[in-house]
Amino acid sequence: MQSTFPLFPQAASSVASEVDLLYFFILAVSAFFAILVSALVVFFAVKYRRRHPDEVGHDIHGSIALELLWCVIPFVLAMVMFFWGASLYFTLARPPADAMDIFVVGKQWMWKVQHPSGVREINELHVPIGRPVRITLGSEDVLHDYYIPAFRVKMDAVPGKLTTMWFTATKVGTYHIFCAEYCGTQHSGMIGQVIAMEPQDYEAWIGGGRTTGTAVENGERLFTTMACITCHKTDTSGRGPILSDVFGSTVDLQDGRQVVADENYLRESIMNPQAKVVREFQPIMPTFQGTLSEENLLQLIAYIKTLKAPQ
Amino acid sequence: MNHAVNEPRSYLDAPYGVASWLLTKDHKRIALLYLISITVFFLIGALFAAGIRAELMTPEGDLFTADMYNKLFTLHGVVMVFFFLIPSIPATLGNFLVPIMCGAKDLAFPKINLLSWYLYLIGATLTLGAVFMGGVDTGWTFYTPYSSMASNTNVTLAAVGVFIAGFSSILTGFNFVVTIHRMRAPGLTWFRMPLFLWAMYATSLVMILGTPVVAITLLMVGAEAALGFGIFDPRVGGDPVLFQHLFWFYSHPAVYIMILPGMGVISELVAAVSRKQIFGYSFVAYSSLAIAIIGFLVWGHHMFVSSQSIYAGLVFSIITMIVAVPSAVKTFNWTATLYRGSITWESPTYWVIGFIGLFLVGGLTGLFLGAMGLDVHLHDTYFVVAHFHYIMVGGGVMAFLGGVHFWWPKMTGRTYPETLGKISAVLVFVGFNLTFLPQFVVGYLGMPRRYHAYPEEFQILNVVSTGGASVLGIGYLLIIGYLVASMFKPRNATANPWGATGLEWDIPSPPTTFNFEIDPVVTEDAYNYAGRAQKTGDN
Repeated sequence: MQSTFPLFPQAASSVASEVDLLYFFILAVSAFFAILVSALVVFFAVKYRRRHPDEVGHDIHGSIALELLWCVIPFVLAMVMFFWGASLYFTLARPPADAMDIFVVGKQWMWKVQHPSGVREINELHVPIGRPVRITLGSEDVLHDYYIPAFRVKMDAVPGKLTTMWFTATKVGTYHIFCAEYCGTQHSGMIGQVIAMEPQDYEAWIGGGRTTGTAVENGERLFTTMACITCHKTDTSGRGPILSDVFGSTVDLQDGRQVVADENYLRESIMNPQAKVVREFQPIMPTFQGTLSEENLLQLIAYIKTLKAPQ
Repeated sequence: MNHAVNEPRSYLDAPYGVASWLLTKDHKRIALLYLISITVFFLIGALFAAGIRAELMTPEGDLFTADMYNKLFTLHGVVMVFFFLIPSIPATLGNFLVPIMCGAKDLAFPKINLLSWYLYLIGATLTLGAVFMGGVDTGWTFYTPYSSMASNTNVTLAAVGVFIAGFSSILTGFNFVVTIHRMRAPGLTWFRMPLFLWAMYATSLVMILGTPVVAITLLMVGAEAALGFGIFDPRVGGDPVLFQHLFWFYSHPAVYIMILPGMGVISELVAAVSRKQIFGYSFVAYSSLAIAIIGFLVWGHHMFVSSQSIYAGLVFSIITMIVAVPSAVKTFNWTATLYRGSITWESPTYWVIGFIGLFLVGGLTGLFLGAMGLDVHLHDTYFVVAHFHYIMVGGGVMAFLGGVHFWWPKMTGRTYPETLGKISAVLVFVGFNLTFLPQFVVGYLGMPRRYHAYPEEFQILNVVSTGGASVLGIGYLLIIGYLVASMFKPRNATANPWGATGLEWDIPSPPTTFNFEIDPVVTEDAYNYAGRAQKTGDN
């Protein structure tokens, strides 16, 4: 991994050096002001030291010009930092459209990973370099946080919803994964490794892994075994809404609201079906809370996303 | 002072007896009761910190079990934040000084003031009870759903303790606001007030408006646990992120409860050690209010990776950057005050310089965390730990100790050995930097908070940090040692040992029970050193 006494982290993703650049910019500005003010304080304290017990300081009350100066300069610098930080954050928050999807589920105290091909691993994450990877994160129990310092990315895994993060690994190597959100006894043991590989090595690795079907195939199987199919039919005879083309569409709800059917909406509709009932349907769907694991959910959602109405 | 035969006795002497202390309505005695209590809790919190630093000497989790370690950092946070830092300056120096600086005999509601100390004690005792019953392991942040469903420790008891102590803080704030509004001496207009009063006023507003929110949040956690209301637990339709919003809505402003009073103390000390009017008085005064108000609108910067909306994040980030400005204004004004001052090199000066140095680092590192794209990497690492310790301990505790050293002769009538006062300031400054500077580095390397064991490559920095903490500990113990020792010596302090302006320096050390023999009338601005020198010259 790294030397035994590193002072700066490795930079192994496409955004790492951009994050570092902002870090050095703020560090330079901070160092300038810290040194300037400290030097002035010490200089004044020595130069104007009291030479006589009854001495008092000069009668100076202030200066509007100086006050404006030291309001405006910090404000402008702070705004530069804000815009820079915000644009970087938006880059981090928006995965490229062509990213490959990997599902990660946190539970006390391990990370369960599922690749698109269905290959699974625990606490390790194999990824190809040079290709954007979008991680969809879930949690089985409490808050966790998937943190890869060498990639400068982290995201909370929040029970009850799905979150996403993305990165493009740029350097072959093995890097730390940490759980960064306190989650109980073995929090500091909820760690792992990212193994960034050449694309052909990744293909070889994934080809050698055992799989019980891809995520979509597993989702399709669940759709039958969980009997989703009895109500969610492909024609209007079902008691539940048709799910073809539902992903990404705008859904009208009973209470007049409209929502966009994203992953979180699908997740909520499975786990807490009464929360958002589709217009003209009865709230009769049972909850699958406790029946479906987060991994099953992710498979089911992956399957629902592939459902298309026949042309 | 004219020492007549029938001179009223000092507040320390009249009346005598334990009951006269435990049932006192004198704000100065209550200040001392608080000072003793928070010192005890500081020592307890420091003991937990020592345990944390000892464990982190080695990468393996070998000294304590993981559960024990989790309880140590939880209790360190809970005790230090709720039972030391929040009451530290307001309940001790604030209690002692607010009425005197106003020219009043006491606070507006002396009995409520005593009640607040008892509430504090009850809250603190309940929380300590949770420690003896096996501890709490949720972190001081009590994040759900861990705190509500997964932790089987004494969360409820600890939360009730914090809930009750919150009322003590509300009552103190309420007392200060009324006192400052209604009981200022004739002539003491708002813009003649010492800046410490402005800072206490701003702090009180935050206490009154913020604390009820955390109280309600804790009630909701209780309602969910006991009655099954779905508020935070996703299994019953709740949202764990909602808890974080409510928690930080109070707990971020709470940081200003910890640092604003420190800024007020430093404003007093800077003026006194340089015998000079504060540069840009009104800017320093208004910046306290600006920090108190804007500080209520930045809580979401704790949640950039929590799944909160990225657009909400934008708003919180820009307001966070804006709140940096009034803090910068204060720092520049303190520095400018020293220009052409008459600066003493007695011990308070050491604390002032130490404060400015540490507060600078603490404030500036906040910019790293306010910049969203960078915070994604830094969030929940040791960088954050170092940052908030620089603000709350580097800033808050340094100012508190500076204030204690400055007003100790007034409060107790005793002086302490000047040399020890200086040595301890240097020890605390050096020890503090040795402890927390390495944590910025290890944080940027990626070491997460609340880790019982960690990868080997982080060890050297952690060992330096533990070494620094030992120096820091020696510094603190030294202070407690010589201050306590001074209490056993004869009263030797003069009324105004520093040659400072301010109503508190016009009355004896220690003051009499009702502070002023004759109701004071204020005829000049605060810190009118030049004017006083003029007058002396004319005589």
